Formats: sequence, C-alpha cells, structure tokens
Amino acid sequence: MAESSKAPAVFQPWRDPNETPYVSIERVTKKFGEFVAVYELSLEIYRKELFCLLGASGCGKSTLLRMLAGFEQPSSGRILIDGVDMAGIPPYERPVNMMFQSYALFPHMNVAQNVAFGLKQEKLPASEVRKRAEEMLELVKLGAFAKRKPHQLSGGQRQRVALARSLVKRPKLLLLDEPLAALDKKLREHTQFELMNIQEQVGVTFVVVTHDQQEAMTLSTRIGVMDEGELIQIGTPTDIYEFPQSRYVADFIGSVNIFAGKMIVDEPDHVVIHSEEAGMDIFVNHGVSAGPDADVWAAIRPEKMHISREDPAREQNCVRGIVDEVAYMGDSSTYLVKLESGKIVRITQPNLLRGNPDRILWDEQVYLYWDASSPVVVTK
Amino acid sequence: MSTRGAPVLTKGVNRTASTAVKRISGFGLGPVWHGLRRRFRGLGRASVIGIPYLWLLAFFLIPFVIVLKISLAESEIAQPPYTSLWYWIEHKYLNIRLNLGNYQYLIQDSLYWNAYLNSVKIAAVSTVFCLLIGYPIAYGIARARPDRRILLLMLVILPFWTSFLIRVYAWIGILKTNGLINNALMALGIVDTPLVMMQTDFAVYLGIVYSYLPFMILPLYANLEKLDLTLLEAAADLGCRPSKAFFRVTLPLSMPGVLAGSMLVFIPAVGEFVIPALLGGPDTLMIGRILWDEFFANRDWPVASAVAIALLLLLVIPIVLFQYNQARAAEAKS
Repeated sequence: MAESSKAPAVFQPWRDPNETPYVSIERVTKKFGEFVAVYELSLEIYRKELFCLLGASGCGKSTLLRMLAGFEQPSSGRILIDGVDMAGIPPYERPVNMMFQSYALFPHMNVAQNVAFGLKQEKLPASEVRKRAEEMLELVKLGAFAKRKPHQLSGGQRQRVALARSLVKRPKLLLLDEPLAALDKKLREHTQFELMNIQEQVGVTFVVVTHDQQEAMTLSTRIGVMDEGELIQIGTPTDIYEFPQSRYVADFIGSVNIFAGKMIVDEPDHVVIHSEEAGMDIFVNHGVSAGPDADVWAAIRPEKMHISREDPAREQNCVRGIVDEVAYMGDSSTYLVKLESGKIVRITQPNLLRGNPDRILWDEQVYLYWDASSPVVVTK
Repeated sequence: MSTRGAPVLTKGVNRTASTAVKRISGFGLGPVWHGLRRRFRGLGRASVIGIPYLWLLAFFLIPFVIVLKISLAESEIAQPPYTSLWYWIEHKYLNIRLNLGNYQYLIQDSLYWNAYLNSVKIAAVSTVFCLLIGYPIAYGIARARPDRRILLLMLVILPFWTSFLIRVYAWIGILKTNGLINNALMALGIVDTPLVMMQTDFAVYLGIVYSYLPFMILPLYANLEKLDLTLLEAAADLGCRPSKAFFRVTLPLSMPGVLAGSMLVFIPAVGEFVIPALLGGPDTLMIGRILWDEFFANRDWPVASAVAIALLLLLVIPIVLFQYNQARAAEAKS
C-alpha cells in the first residue's frame, strides 16, 4: 500500500500477476487430537522471498513450518512446492532443508562431517562433497573450525554450522525455526545481517519462524502474523507496522496506544472518532471503511506522538496529561502520561540533546499531540 | 549409698560441663570449636569413603591374598590340603617356598587353556546375541509412549523377583527330552523323536542369553531414551532415509550404552558356573566348572586357586577397559 508509488526495482513478486508462487499453502488445517494447531490457512510464498512467520508461542507457526519440511502431515488442505503436491512425500525426498531451533548438530561428527552429511546422501563423488562443504564453511566464515566437534564451538558458531549444513544441498526452500533465538542481542543483530547477505548470495527462498518482531522486521520481505492457527495479516514490514489491520497486529508489532471510540464523522477523506478514553475527538485525515457510529479503535505509535510543556495551541489531536513515569533508554526516552480519563499513554522521544538540562520529569503537566495522519483506525 | 550418691555425682558433672562450656565461649575458643567441627566433618567424609573400602579390604582383598597364597603352595593330603609357604628351620632361619608349578600346570595342560578360551567364546557369543535381541527391545521401550515405558521396563526387571537358580532349573523342565518343547513338538507331529537340547552348548547359550538379557537392555534403554529425536529429523531433512539414519546417527550415539551393556553381560558370563553346570553337558568346558571340579572333586586347592587367580586376571582386562570407557564418557560429558 505505502510503497506502491516507489520505483519498480523494489522486490515485490507478490504484486506481479505473472509470477507463480513457489510455495502454495492451500487451506491447510492441522489438528493434534482435539487441538487445532493450524486452521484453514492459505499462503503463497514467491521465489527468493524471505518470508517471516511471526506470532506468539503456540500460535501454530512452528507446526506450519514442520508441515513444509514434511515432519507433519496436514489434516486437510494441501501444500505445493514448485507446483508439486507434497502430500505423502517424506522429508528426505523434499527439495527443502531446515535449520532447527536447537541446531540439531550431530554431536559425534565434526563440523566438516556435519556440513557434508547432506551431500553424502546424494551419492556425489567424495571430492565434490569435500569441495562444496569447504566452500560452504568459507561462506559462514568457519573454515578454520572444520575439525572441531559441535561441543567445542560457541553458540554463534554452532548457529553458523547449522546454517551451512542446511544450505550446502542448495535447497530451493530453506526453513529456519527461530534461527537466532539462542544468541545474545549483539550477536543476534550481527547474524541477522549475515543471514540477509547469505540469502542474497545464494538466492534461496527463506521461510523464517520467529516470535521476535524485531527480527521479523529486519529480515523479511514480507511478514505473516499468526494468531491461534490463523494468518491474520500478511504484508511488508512497513505494511505490518504502519498499517496494521487489527488491534492484535498493532499491539503485537512494537508498542502502540489504542483508543477505543465511536466514529462520529465518516467522510471519504477524513474521519472523526469520539473517544471517551482519550477524552477528546480524534481527527484522522484519511478515509476508513467503517460505517458511522461503528465501534473503532485508533492506534497511535509512541514515536509518532509529541510531548511538550507548553500548549501547542492546536485545534485537533491534542490532549493534556500528567507524566507518570519516565524511562531513559539512552537513544530515546519513553514517557508514560496519565490522561484525565485515567488512561496511560506511552510516548517515545529521541534524546536529541546531550544531557538535556530541561528534560521533562515526573508529575509535570504536559500536552500530547500528533499529526492527523498518524492514527491507524482498525475495526477489529 | 549409691542411690543417694548418684544424683550428687550427676549434678557435679553437669556443673563442670556447663562451666566448661561457659569458659570456652567466654575465652573465645570459637575457632577451636570450628576446627573440631571441620575435623569431624572430614572424619565423616573419610568414613563415607572408608567404610566401603574397609569392607572391600576385609571381604575381597584379604580373601584374594589368601587365594593367591594357596595358589603358590603345593597340594597335600592333610588338613588344610596344601603346604605352608614358610616354616622355621631350627627356630633361626625362615624358609619360604613359592611354588609356581600350579601356574605352569595351567599353561601346560590344554584342558585349562581350552576352558578359558571356551568361556570367553561362550561369553562373547552370548553377549552378541544379547545385543542383537536387547537392542531392538531397548529401542522399542525408549520410543514407546512415556506412560507405557515404566510398565515395559517393569516387565524387563520382573524376572529378577524370582530366584536365578529357580529360573535356570525351569529351563531344564522346558528343554529336557520329555520337557515342554519336546512334548509340544511331538503332540503337533512336527518331530518323531525328541530333540536333544539339554546338556548341549545350545542350552548354555540359551541360559546365559536369557539370564543376562536385562543387563543389556537397561543400559541400552538409558542411553537410547536420552537421544535427541530432532537429530533424526535433521538427518531425514538432509536426505537420509530412516534405516540409514539409524546406522549413521542412532547407533554411533548409542555406543556408550552398547559398551556398558556388553561389559555387564560379558564379565559375569565368563565366570558363569551355575548355567553350564545345570544346562551344559560334560563337554561344555567353562572355567567356572573347572574351578568347582578342582576344589570339590579333585580337592586340589592350590591348582583351583591358580585357576581362580588366572580367571581374575582374565576378567580384569575387560573391567579396566570398561572403567576407562566410562571415565572417558564422563569426561566428554563435562
């Protein structure tokens, strides 16, 4: 939506009507006894995409990934990879490789043997196996560690061995289950970029499962947000962040202030929402597809709000409150402001001045205001 | 007097004790107290280790030394039936006579060689059969539903609740000429004349495999149960068929269990006496039986002791190997 006016060089195969999807998931349901892990889920993933399945734990994202790998069979619906129905095809015959959350490195084999394992199953000549395994270890910068056993490696090195092992067979589709969850924050950020570089180099389609929204935002071409076995929104990171279609998505990705209200003005180019919670009418300068008097929610990101001591003298979208908490986070500060209605609103401001002597403190009266374009209005 | 005196005395003791305690605390003898406690704690630790060692010393090392001593003596028709290793000449000179003839006899007489080799062979073959039978059972239990595993393990351990001897005797009833198997086969018309199974090597193998199978299954189960199943998923994901994944992943990772189980079967099976004595025939040579015959039939204690010492040395080698393997496994884990 937001990027439709941009240059065509942007990688968006899902917008191209001539592209055929590489992976088609068609109304797939997976039940474990009574429990429905995945429900009537349909999804199309295109070649060279880096698709993130994002959701809280237990939302069915790992089950979906395991069905792509062939470890679970769908209870109903079907999965096509490159046009081939995967029903009844065992994991060892699928053109798919997976990187496991626990890495699942073979403890009795050294790094080189682990990486070569997949190639050895293909009855390739030994020299070819060795060459490709070595190349792959170079790619993940582990050439010097070929003779080490997995337990002699650090967490980040193991993660790279697992990645090399899953890439060495040149799969057309690589599945990554929480690939970075076991790494510490610094290493995770570093590895995210490494993963993206490798994906660009080898040109493989990646499907990544994660519960870390930051990871999903950084890595992916598109994100699918899952909740209770269903995909509730699919879109680019920008779409998901700036144009969430539901309160769940808005709340799950980043932090957000949500004001419940009623639509009192419904025009094609603007709407006004009367919100008791905000204690005001919220003016939004874009149309919303909901009838008048509909129950709606206005979602505003903390960084899109402004805070000041002085009354900005605005007619719209300005509300007064008392600072309840201040959290200094170095690059930015987060203020929790209590409105007259009792609602707590979160505002994030970058700390532009070094050691600002005039910073806003606890219990000060402040004004909060935002642009009319900032709120997202959702109806569910 | 004593009845009147006693309370006075008790009081006196109490008083001294309490003043002593007061004095200790008053003069700050805390460190001494702590030192005593520390020494006592050290004593406790030493006794935890020491008592079992004393036990082993009294009931293992000393008998071993006695047997070693007898093995160096000569046979004699007397009470006890062997010569003394030393005696005094004219109350002045100590004469020590060590007789290595018994060991020489063991080496020269092919009976003993054959018995040793046969014991090792029977134990080794039985171990292989235990492994072949026990591995699938252990694997099956380890992959069973968690709530069923306890039951299945109980079934493996259940035979231990019956005396070992009775279970071996029960096999006689099953295997003998007019036993369970032969009667069944005859009744069904499969054989005309009963099969000879008793007093054969077959019966000995059967008895050993039957008796020692749980010792193979339990360590194997303990190992297989720990196997991370995602490793098998990873193997399948990399294009490895389940049958091949077993040989490339499951089997190599279960080698510590295979080794532990094999040692637990092999070591006692080498020295087994009851099973060959009850189920084996006269030509089933096993060193345990030779030992029995030398002691009780021939009453040649020195040769019997030499046989026992040689058997011990024979068994020490696999035990040391086993210990080494265990130590290495523990090291790898840390």
